[in-house]
Order: sequence, then structure tokens, then C-alpha cells
Amino acid sequence: MKPFTYTRILILGVLITAVVFLLPTFTNTWPHKKINLGLDLQGGMHLVLEVQNIKAVEAELERTVDDLKKELRKDSITHMGITRQEDNTILAQLPDKKAKNAFEKIVSKEFSNLKIAASSAGGDATSFQLRLPDDEKEMIQKMATEQALETIRNRIDEFGVSEPDIRIQGENRILIQLPGINDPDRAKDLIGKTAQLTFQLVNEDVSAEAALQGSLPVGSQILYENKTDPVTGNTAKIAHVIKKQVLLDGSLLVDARVEFDQFQQPQVGIEFNRKGAHIFDRITGQNIKKRLAIVLDNTVYSAPVIQDRIAGGKAVITGNFTMEEAKDLAIALRAGSLPAPVSIIEERTVGPTLGADSIRMGMISMLAGGALVLLFMAIYYKGAGLVANLALVMNIILIGGGLAAFQATLTLPGIAGIILTIGMAVDANVIIFERIREEIRWGKTPLAAVHAGFDKATLTILDANVTTLIAAIVLFQFGTGPVKGFAVTLGLGIVASLFTALVLSKSIFDYILQKKTASTLSI
Amino acid sequence: MQLIKSDINIDFLGKQKIGFVFSAILIIASIIGLIVHKGPNYGIDFSGGALIQVKFAQNISIAQVRDSLAGLDLKDLSVQDFGETDDHEFLIRTGSTETVGKGLAQSVSAAILQGAGVTPEIRRVEMVGPQVGDDLKKQALLAIFYSLLFITIYISGRFELKWILSGVTAGALMTAVYFLSVFNVSMPVLITGALVVSLVLFWRLRLKFAIGALIALIHDVFITVGIFSILNLDFSLPIIAALLTIIGYSLNDTIIVFDRIRENIKGESSKTALPGLFNKSINQTLSRTILTSVTTLIVLLALFFLGGDIIHNFAFAMIIGVLIGTYSSIFVASPVVLAAARKG
Repeated sequence: MKPFTYTRILILGVLITAVVFLLPTFTNTWPHKKINLGLDLQGGMHLVLEVQNIKAVEAELERTVDDLKKELRKDSITHMGITRQEDNTILAQLPDKKAKNAFEKIVSKEFSNLKIAASSAGGDATSFQLRLPDDEKEMIQKMATEQALETIRNRIDEFGVSEPDIRIQGENRILIQLPGINDPDRAKDLIGKTAQLTFQLVNEDVSAEAALQGSLPVGSQILYENKTDPVTGNTAKIAHVIKKQVLLDGSLLVDARVEFDQFQQPQVGIEFNRKGAHIFDRITGQNIKKRLAIVLDNTVYSAPVIQDRIAGGKAVITGNFTMEEAKDLAIALRAGSLPAPVSIIEERTVGPTLGADSIRMGMISMLAGGALVLLFMAIYYKGAGLVANLALVMNIILIGGGLAAFQATLTLPGIAGIILTIGMAVDANVIIFERIREEIRWGKTPLAAVHAGFDKATLTILDANVTTLIAAIVLFQFGTGPVKGFAVTLGLGIVASLFTALVLSKSIFDYILQKKTASTLSI
Repeated sequence: MQLIKSDINIDFLGKQKIGFVFSAILIIASIIGLIVHKGPNYGIDFSGGALIQVKFAQNISIAQVRDSLAGLDLKDLSVQDFGETDDHEFLIRTGSTETVGKGLAQSVSAAILQGAGVTPEIRRVEMVGPQVGDDLKKQALLAIFYSLLFITIYISGRFELKWILSGVTAGALMTAVYFLSVFNVSMPVLITGALVVSLVLFWRLRLKFAIGALIALIHDVFITVGIFSILNLDFSLPIIAALLTIIGYSLNDTIIVFDRIRENIKGESSKTALPGLFNKSINQTLSRTILTSVTTLIVLLALFFLGGDIIHNFAFAMIIGVLIGTYSSIFVASPVVLAAARKG
């Protein structure tokens, strides 16, 4: 009798491989691949953001409108209004033939990305409808999503989360997984902030009261400032009339950090690059004694009077920040603004204590269920039951090893999948054992019965398991997060149970029957 | 040890009528349940909304929690006890996905502090926007549809060796579904349509095992969904996972019986002998059928009682599924195959 058949070497090899992969989860040894725990087990936050990237198209069109006006002004061509329409086209109205021709020339020379979609003439006047080609639009939207991803990644890196997973999902969604985060609200604020910083002049021709009552000048808008009374702690909203023209924005920042004022109140100090510093120098020089508003995401943070030309490109943002708020704002400004606003469309946050509870309860039910099944099999099939139990234990080791080797994620439904596998994996052995019992009843010797049992049961077992495997694969394909974890353990469990029943159990029976030529079999 | 005697010979097919009545009662009850509750009770995964699990260090009543949340203006607010009573744990559900200004969890936490004077520990927050909910619903239905489809292809191919035929059927079905989905037909209608077409095709093509298996599967999934609806339990993503597993499991049982039928039927050409052969096959595999169900139920009960509240409904769905699946492989799948075989 050979002690090492191919089958035995295979079994030993598979077992050792599984154990080697499984051990690091408990002992941190080579190959250092632990079983990944899902967010529902280790705690953490799962977010799906929708990038409103149509806003990036709108912004691009607004910029184009400004540029068009600038070009026309340069050539002193009059127009009767160039505006962005709701359907994201540009409507340009020109008073006469001369202006029309000049306009057409400018568009074809300087704005080759614009298409003239329609034009209509009424008397001398002509109005053009201009639009961006669809692929151009798509391109802007795609870039906006990619840029948002990059910005959010930078912010999260600065925030300090270990092993974040950030990726684009579909066309305009960003999936963010932040394991082990302990202040989800703060993280959400930081991620969702557009951080669009602009410097705009206050329109001092009208008072805010008059503007609110309807006499808002063209080219101005009303923005609010949140002011907290230092004594009562009440917050009030103060309206400002702000000119729409943006003099300088946050894209030219090189640094932003938390500083403190003379009262030890946190504030955010910002520093522009050379170009930004130059612009800042110029606008402060040109607007002395006027009020310059610092606007962040359409909220006025402060609107100080410019006392003097400011060289060096440094400024501070004040606004009754807490230390954390100031810190997060500095991070957001450093990482840059989002090209378009984002909204959270899915959130799943699990606190660390709940995750730990889930692991504990999952383990308890696995142990309880497993012990009962082992006991049941041992009583029902006696010796053969022990073989099935050995196969079952090996099965669990294989699932664990598989999870670690494939770097799959174990989730709570995943644990349920393992528990389910414990119940269903014995099935293959049950099919075989029942068949062997039948063969014995028909008068076969134990050896012949075992062989016939395995032969006849093999195909049935394969058939029966393929269907569950199909369900697992479909589930893996369509499922997300925790459910995917279930599909993984279920699938691994099926493959492992095929191996343990058809290879391991058979090998053990062969070994037993070779050793003793007895006429009875404990089954 | 033996639970089922080896010489057992129960006339299962003779008791077809009992089975038929039993199934009919379950199906009618399911339909009534679905009508009364206006369709399945979708959880936030599918309907959109938010769920917040909070835990308190001290005793606090549901009413206190609910009252302090009243000012937040949350849509369809419900507060429910969760877990053991001495855990002081609650589940807050709402159809709203955001509150004005701050995040939902922050607002809830602040409102409870103001209203009841204690700060809850926010243990879990799940928020699904309506758009995501619709997407998930679509994906879930597609998952059920595709697993049904692939499994029936496998059965008809494997059992009747009509791979090409079943492949062509599947191809036609998928094309039909694709075209219908272009026209934006609602998913439930689409899937019902596809299933009806499959059944008719299988019947016409005399794929008797495939039709038996498919009817049994529809039977199992529908009744599980129905019982969930009668008990007004939430449908969530894990429940869909449970349904797919039930499909796999129920089929597993069915296939074992079918395999035996096929083995026993070899060389038998007389149709009058068929009922006897079917009965014999069911009886021969009965011991295995019961045993596997027992071990699976053991672990599921462990999960149900010890696995915690989050996994509770999943375990429950699986328990129903295993019971119904075991029953249907004997009382639904085989009689249907027999009926088809007698006809053909």
C-alpha cells in the first residue's frame, strides 16, 4: 500500500495552502493577507455621491458667454444681450448686419467649439442660438466627475483615513468606502463641500434692504452671511448685495492653513501663487475703500473694506470657526474645489461597536449551528458521520483560506453564507452515504457499496451544486457590498464542499477499507 | 440510526390533491397578502429613505424618542424597538433622505438630546436616495430573472440533453427582454412576461423536467414573498440574496429527485408505469431530502435565534424557503413532470 497517492498529496497540498493563507488573519505571518472585513463588520462609512456634472457644463457656458462679450467689446461691436438659456444653449442677439457678420467671424475664429444651431432674423436684428456639441458636453461632464474624484481623494488623504476605497461608479457617481471612521458627519461635510472660493466686490450703490425689495441691479446678486452674536450665541443671516463678476477664485491658491487671530479664534490663512498674488495686488489697489467680499460656496464669510493695496497674495478667511471646521476648510481649500456640486445619494454607516457585535453574534451562531450539525452527523452516521465532520471542518478552513487568498471581503451576510454552507455542505456526504446504505442493503460488500455509492452520487452532487453556484454567480454579478460578500462565501462553500465530499471523503473511505478487510462499515 | 425506514413507500403522487390544495391555499393567501399590503413591503433599499439605529445608555421609551423627533418633519416616521429590551436600542425609519441644513443622523441626535435630554449612540445609518432605490430594485429583479433563466437552461440541457434547444430558447428570451426594456416596460411586468413565455415554450418543446423545475421555483419564491408580505416584513437586499439562495436550494432538492427519476425511468417505455417509478424515486431519495433539510434548518435556526437582529429576516426568509423548497420538490415539481410526461 502506497502511503502517498496523488489524491492524498493533492488534499495535503490544498489543506496546507488554505492554512497558510488563513493564518495571517490570526497571527500576522507570511503572506500577510488578512481576511478583509466588510464595513458592516469593522464599522465605517459607505457613500455614493452624485456629481451634478451638468453644473460644470453650465459653468463652462457662463464662462463662454463672458468671453464672447469680452471679444465683442474688444472689437467695439454692439449686441443686445448674450445669455445662457435654461436648455444650455447661448442666445446672442445682434442689432444689425455689421454686428452679425463680425459676430459670426469671432465665433468661427475664436470659439470653434461652439456650433450655431439656429439663427433667426427680424428686420435688421439677428438672433443666434449657439450650443456645445454633444461630445463636447459629455467630455466636460466626464472630466468633472474625474476631477471631483481626484479632489475628494486628496481631501480624504489629508483627512487621514486608512485604506479608503474611492472609485467612479457609472457615469456620474462616486463610490467612497471609509473603513473605521469615527466621525462620519465631519467626513461627510468635508467630502461634500464644494469649496468654491471667490473674491467679489460688494455693490454699494444699493442697500441690501432695497435690493431685497426688488431693486436688485443687473449684474449683482444677494448672498447671505451667517453672523453669530458673540454674547447671545444666536445666528443671524445678513444679506449682502454682491457683484456677480468674480475677481479672483480659489484655483490660484497654493496654501491654506489654520491660523489664530488676536483672540485665539481659529481662522484660515490663504496664500495665492504668483499669478494670484499679482491679481490680488491689482484688485486691492484698484478698489481701495471699497468692500471686497470673500465668498465660499455662495455664502459670504466676510466683506472687509480694502484699506490699502495688498501685496504678497495673503489673505485670511474668518467666520467664527471651531477648530475642526477651520481645519476641514483648510483641507478643502488646499485640495481644490469640486468642479460641480455633489450630493449624497446613498449612505451606509456602521458604528464600530455594532460591527463588533455583529462579528460576535455571527461567530456564536456559526459555532452553535456547526456543533449541532457535527453532533447530528456523528449520531446518525456513526463512523461515516465522523468522516463527514472531518470534511466539514476542512470545508470551513478552505472557505477561510479562499477568502484570504482572493482578498475577498467578509461581510455579515457573508458569515450567514458560511453558516448556511455548514448546513448544506454535509448534503453531498448525505447523498453519498444514503447511496452506500442502499447498496449495502442490496447485499454488496462494504468496498463495493462505497465504490458504487460514490460513482452514482458524483453526477447527482455535481448537478445539484451547479444550480446553487449559478445563483451565487448571478448574485455576485448584481449584488453590492454585503450581499456580494454572501455570494462569495456561498460560492466558495459550494466549491469547497464538492472538493471535500468527492475527493477528501472518498480518500478517507479508501484508506479505511484498504486497511481492514472487515465485512462491516460504520455508516 | 435511521429516521426514514429503508423500505418506506408512501404514495406521494396519490396524495397530489392534498398537495395541490395546500399549495393553492398558500398561493391565495400570498396573493391576498400582497393585495392587502399593496405589493411587497419594500425596505429603504428599494423604496428610498433612511434608517437610523440608535442606542441609549439609559431607559427611554419609544414615545419619548418619537416625540422628540416630531419637530424634524420627517416623512413616514416610525420608531421601533430593536434587539433585547434592556439594550435600549431603537430603529428609526423615515421616507425622508435629508433634513434641512445638517445631515439626518446629526439632526436626529440633536433632536433627541433636546427632547429627551440624552445623547443616543448612532450605531447604524442607512440612507438610500430614491434614484438609487429604483436602480437597486431593477438590479434585484434582473438578478432573480437571470438566475431563473440560467438555471432552467441548465436543467433542460442537462436532463434532456437539449442544450442547443434550450440555448436558443434562452437567447430568444434574453433578446425579447432586452427589446422590452428598451421600451421602458416596468420590471415586474417584464419578468412575469418572460416567465410566462418560458413556461409556454418549455411546454411546447416538451422540456418536461425544465417545466417542472421552473414551476416549483416560481411556487417557492412567490410563497416566500407572499409570507413576507402577510407578516408585513421588509424587503431588503439581503432578502433578495435569500430568495436567490432559495432558488438554488429548492432546485438542489428537485434535481436529486429528478436524477433518480431519470435513472429509474431508463428502459421504461410504458406510460402506465410512470407514476410508480416517480413514487419509487421520491421514496428512495426521501431520506436524503429530509436529512439535508434538517441540517440546513439546524444552522438556520441557530442564525435566526443567535445571529442578531440585522440578519434576523434573512434567516427567516431562508427557513421558509427551505421548508417550501423541500415540500415543492416532492409535491410540485414531480407531479408536474409526470403530467408533462403523460401528455408527451
